[in-house]
Amino acid sequence: MSFSAASVAAQPMKGQGAFGTHPSHIDPEKLDSWLAVGADGGVTAYTGKCDFGQGIFTAQTQLVAEELCVAMDRVKLIQCDTAITPDQGTTSGSQSTPTNFNDENLALAAATAREALLKLAAESLGDPVDQLTAADGIITSAAGRHVSYQELVGNKHFNLPLSTTAKRRSAAQWTVLGKPIPSLDRAALMTGEFEFLHSVRVPGMLHGRVVRPPEMGATLAHVDESSVRHIPGLVKVVVRKDFVGVVAEKQYQAVLAARQLVVRWNSGPELPPQKTFFEHLQRQPSHDALSVDSGEVDKQLAAANGVVRARYTYPYQMHGSLGASCAVADVKPDQATLWSATQSAYPTRSIVAKILNMPLAGVRVIYVRGSGCYGLNGADAVSFDTALLSQAVGKPVRLQFSRQDEMMWENLGAACVIEHRAAIGPDGRIAVWDRENWVASLGNRPGYDRPGNVITGMLLGYEPEPLKPGPAKAPAGKLRNQSNTVPAYFAGCIDNSCEGGGTIRSERVLTHTVRSPFFTGPLRSPLRIQNTFANECFMDELCAHAKADPVAFRLAHLREARLIAVLQAAAKASNWVTRPSPTPAHLGTGSVSGRGIACVAYEGGNGYAALVAEVTVNLETGLVHPTRFVVALDCGPISNPDGLRNQIEGGVLQGMSRALVEEVTWDNKRITSIDWETYNSLHLDYEIPSIESVFVTPPGVRATGAGETAITVTPAAIGNAIFDASGARLRDLPFTPERVKKALLEAGRSGGAT
Amino acid sequence: MKQITLRVNGRQHSVTVDPATPLLFVLNDELGLRGPRFGCGMAQCGACTVIIDGQVVRSCVKPVSAVGDREITTLEGLGTPEQPHPIQQAFIEEGAAQCGFCLSGVILTAKAVLDAKPDASDQEIRDALGGVLCRCFTHTRMLRAIRKYAQAKKHHALAS
Repeated sequence: MSFSAASVAAQPMKGQGAFGTHPSHIDPEKLDSWLAVGADGGVTAYTGKCDFGQGIFTAQTQLVAEELCVAMDRVKLIQCDTAITPDQGTTSGSQSTPTNFNDENLALAAATAREALLKLAAESLGDPVDQLTAADGIITSAAGRHVSYQELVGNKHFNLPLSTTAKRRSAAQWTVLGKPIPSLDRAALMTGEFEFLHSVRVPGMLHGRVVRPPEMGATLAHVDESSVRHIPGLVKVVVRKDFVGVVAEKQYQAVLAARQLVVRWNSGPELPPQKTFFEHLQRQPSHDALSVDSGEVDKQLAAANGVVRARYTYPYQMHGSLGASCAVADVKPDQATLWSATQSAYPTRSIVAKILNMPLAGVRVIYVRGSGCYGLNGADAVSFDTALLSQAVGKPVRLQFSRQDEMMWENLGAACVIEHRAAIGPDGRIAVWDRENWVASLGNRPGYDRPGNVITGMLLGYEPEPLKPGPAKAPAGKLRNQSNTVPAYFAGCIDNSCEGGGTIRSERVLTHTVRSPFFTGPLRSPLRIQNTFANECFMDELCAHAKADPVAFRLAHLREARLIAVLQAAAKASNWVTRPSPTPAHLGTGSVSGRGIACVAYEGGNGYAALVAEVTVNLETGLVHPTRFVVALDCGPISNPDGLRNQIEGGVLQGMSRALVEEVTWDNKRITSIDWETYNSLHLDYEIPSIESVFVTPPGVRATGAGETAITVTPAAIGNAIFDASGARLRDLPFTPERVKKALLEAGRSGGAT
Repeated sequence: MKQITLRVNGRQHSVTVDPATPLLFVLNDELGLRGPRFGCGMAQCGACTVIIDGQVVRSCVKPVSAVGDREITTLEGLGTPEQPHPIQQAFIEEGAAQCGFCLSGVILTAKAVLDAKPDASDQEIRDALGGVLCRCFTHTRMLRAIRKYAQAKKHHALAS
């Protein structure tokens, strides 16, 4: 599977896609926008959901092969090219599977095509449709007459709309979907043949680098172009408002020019000190929203016999993609081609048209896979930067960030504070739970019209999405739990309609969104991981207060059957022993061990996961070491169990790294975690725990997302396991040895401090 | 600018570059190789790893002029999709990748340590991988693939 992006682009772009559609007018209602049968019977499928390492390329190929009854190797999948694929927005939010694997879009197109082919075959063979079977691209009648797909529609348009009544093949019929098909990119990846975006080269291509401000909020005062005139191969110093970049013939020349260019900047504002940042966050003007409010929470808490309170904090964290972000752009006066690893091909096209002041129809964005992104890494910003540089020199330019460009200016995972107050009633159940959280936010995905949501746009003078401070309105309509602010145990009642997963009816969830000093954006399980950490650890605190087993106490407050099922499955698979936490053995010395559990209904209902973590805690050093993870996951019908396991394993370990070591740092002017010495990530020498996965698939449910559920519960499960092992409750992430030792002291354990 | 001769994956190449140019840029831009990739430019992550005379080298910080006539092996120099090297085969069988950007560092570092010490323990293999980063956290499968290769290698050594 070594396709060449450069060869795709070498075809002349005359405003015509493969189906004769205008590049900006690929109608998703038309079958021909999604699928074509070639003269040789091969199937080409066009998708707006792209693979950045999560395995959706293979799964979508399986889907098309399955529905069209052809072999996998007869399917060629084209991902996210604005000239020829439908606009499916952004590949994000665990939405690719729900979008393309249920009864709409790519799945519906494939089902429509199969039914259309059968109908055409019936006419051609003179047999009724119900006596025809399709296999390997050939339709055969009961009498043995047959006709191939290419004889029916080879190289021709279907000229049909998507049929909303087209029926998917049932999971019981599946021969390709649902199977652990090895990912199609393996051999090319392992042998270095795979064409990453970083390997794309086009004829006449120059090399660029950007020169970012030295600190947050700095503005450009002066660029001394004479400082780099001596560098051989230098083509141009590009300045546009606060944007500065260089272009040279060779990559190393661009690196030297960026390093040596003398630029004076006007200093930016002082940053709030990191040490007291969370207190600062809680004092800022905020945009407030109530997810749920039963109205009598304060009264209930005042009347309660003892209120349990806790405050959780979650730091800024980084995508920290392994490869510094990269793009290639070829901007001509009236048209532009951009090779980009953005998750948002069409939105990127709009932004590029805007910042280049070019008609939308002239811009083509071709997705090529980059380094794993986990959300909004530098891929969008570098795409805009590269387009600017190419426009300035009128030639194709390749730009790759330095490590510092990547890590100092990415849209970070948001820092959060979450406070809980709750009380246990006389019946031993949670009587009331009040939750309030603060989220730091600045910028986001740029979408179709917000360049200012990432650094490049800001340097060009565009504003990020405005944040309007103001009080919360009363909750109305359906319960929205996209960010998992509402704990699963809440009844979630709004106007007598209770959409929450649980039984607690005295409930309030108030969110304050505060302007962040740094750009923020979606990082794998955005806000879901922060909120679930706080919700599931606090639930564990309530279990301990009630002296109840953490699984049993959770089950006693849940109504959501799918969440109950994964919780029970994880407990069973891990041989969970029913007892309250901490373990009686926690008073030991040296190293102690324990187990913890956490669960989530992702985004309220886009996947369900429960995770049991087993850890050891060294009481002397404060070091935490997870030894075993058992995950139970329900994502509906599974397209590829091997791909799913890969996502779970990666998600759990990434969650472990984020729980144990990852934290963005800054001084009074700038982010200081700008490389792998200053931003911690667990390297390949880490002694990894075992990971077991159990799949729970209820009959008749739709497919949900699966790439973000396991990571979401990992920090909480580890935190709860630390408590079970040692009696120390960790409320601040990451769980550094210093914090563990402090928590041990607070728990009355001497820890390493003696 | 200077003309420099390099031996890469069994072939001789001549390039005209600034002798201070990092080897990685020459491999990528002048020779069109895709295996070694720019991750950090600071020898901190391993994405640019190549093998020179049996030793793993971070090509992002190695000036091209410092290589001399020593043989350079990149990830594509081990094997092809049709005929992968046994360690690549083990990675293929285990599906030991997500985005795959880090693979030069993982595969070549593991190969180098096992070539130098075929009976290296798990601990020794892990120690060698201490400077290698995979941000998708495919650790489980990667270590499984490396162990599989190590076992096969041991088997092979015993058999011959």
